[in-house]
Amino acid sequence: MQQDHHAGQEPLGRLIYRQSIWTRVTHWLWAICLFFLLLSGLQIFNAHPTLYVGQQSGFAFDNAVLRIDAIDTPSGPRGRTTIFGRSFDTTGVLGVSGTAEQPQFGGFPPALTIPSFQDLATGRVVHFFFAWLLVATLLVWLCAGLLNGHILRDLTPTAADLSNLPRDVAEHARFRFRHGRSYNVLQKFAYCAVLFVLLPLMVLTGLAMSPGMDAAWPWLIELLGGRQTARTIHFLTMTLLVLFFVVHVAMVLAAGPLNELRSMITGWYRTDPKPGANGEIEP
Amino acid sequence: MSKLVYGRRRLFGIGTAGLSSLVLTGCNQFDFLDESGDRVRAFLAKANDVTYFAQRLLLGRDALAREYSETEIRQGQRPNGSTDPEAEDYVALKAKDFVDFRLTVTGLVERPRDYSLAELRNMPSRTQITRHDCVEGWSCIAKWTGTPLSIVLDEARLKPAARYLVFHCYDSLDAGLTGPIRYYESCDLIDARHPQTILAYGLNNQPLPVANGAPIRVRIERALGYKQPKYVHTVEAVDSFARFGRGKGGFWEDLGYDWYAGI
Repeated sequence: MQQDHHAGQEPLGRLIYRQSIWTRVTHWLWAICLFFLLLSGLQIFNAHPTLYVGQQSGFAFDNAVLRIDAIDTPSGPRGRTTIFGRSFDTTGVLGVSGTAEQPQFGGFPPALTIPSFQDLATGRVVHFFFAWLLVATLLVWLCAGLLNGHILRDLTPTAADLSNLPRDVAEHARFRFRHGRSYNVLQKFAYCAVLFVLLPLMVLTGLAMSPGMDAAWPWLIELLGGRQTARTIHFLTMTLLVLFFVVHVAMVLAAGPLNELRSMITGWYRTDPKPGANGEIEP
Repeated sequence: MSKLVYGRRRLFGIGTAGLSSLVLTGCNQFDFLDESGDRVRAFLAKANDVTYFAQRLLLGRDALAREYSETEIRQGQRPNGSTDPEAEDYVALKAKDFVDFRLTVTGLVERPRDYSLAELRNMPSRTQITRHDCVEGWSCIAKWTGTPLSIVLDEARLKPAARYLVFHCYDSLDAGLTGPIRYYESCDLIDARHPQTILAYGLNNQPLPVANGAPIRVRIERALGYKQPKYVHTVEAVDSFARFGRGKGGFWEDLGYDWYAGI
């Protein structure tokens, strides 16, 4: 595994075994879970496409922070999204989608929900199955990651990482990536944020919406500022996870998708040749 | 560097196209899941059993739903589902202000009997300000007054074979081949005997309005809104709810919603 024999013009770096089986399996399970959770979650959101702050939903008073609806205008129905009292015309995507002849009414368009039509019951079946799978995967990953040292060794930022932070930001900004054994500091921050903040927050805000869990763990809803606030945070955290996904995939594409995908499928990752092609020294 | 830029652009293009096709097919690739007999759906729905067992484990029998203060009642209780049943028997009762109404307790009980509204109002009562969580996602806080269901069950004496209560209602939300399908619901005996489970006849210090389920609505406070049947006329103790409707334990359950409804 030292050198590829069909090597091209440039010298190739070493292939190293970078991702353990635990990391790879849990990574893809999360990918599947988050895909289904997102699309079934938007189906559930569409049943009442308004978000509030506090314990309850204001019908006789206004505590909405986000509202997606459709309004009638002389030129036909228009989709309207209202955020903190400011309205935006979102026809085509939110509120009203589809064609002028066949407009689709609802929060998010059918292309973004499972099932494509309004079906809250099925959305809930899909959502709760993958919610359990996500939690189980997180727990397996946490145990494995603590026992095999992955979390401490690969994910925890070190003092050296922090001092490298400005350089790392500059390199990312120039789309220049180093391929070594360890993650760079921005990767560590991003993965820790997702695994230790966003996903647990998603689970906790999801549980806080459960009238059963509110009786079992009364502190949870107090901590989150009420059931409707929990629902709003659940939605906001979803948008942050989608943002992470977009950046994550963009980074994989920019850093060398075949190598990155190979390492997440087989575990083997090709590092930069020593010294680096750009004259850099591997950390 | 230029090679890198080219590669990056091209790959961005491929990636974007791939992702958007994945998302666009997300729309109807999974539509088969709505069919009630689908095996994949049945498998996924087992997660609801896990939720039921997990919550029963965490909840304990008597953990109370959060109760709120008077100041948190900021609006009337939002009516949803049926708001004015059209069934003839119900319309006749409503015309006489429910003086002829009887709540029947029957099924697997030692002493079946029925109660007039006045009898229920003269029994010990419980008042609670709780949050109603609709399965759609909204919540509304209101004050409910009624007779604890456990008192009624103690009087009727459940037979050992009884495992569930089925609540039969006057309203119908849908029509079947043989006429309107009446709303019904069911719960296990833990929810039935929970201290906050009441046969509610009062809402926000007033008699329960027709839009909210007059004369009697069951409150099961640790469950979602569809578990709070309105216009209830019969409480039936059963060993299984397989023989009612499509056998899933309730009107919405028959349409694919989960029976436990604790999340």
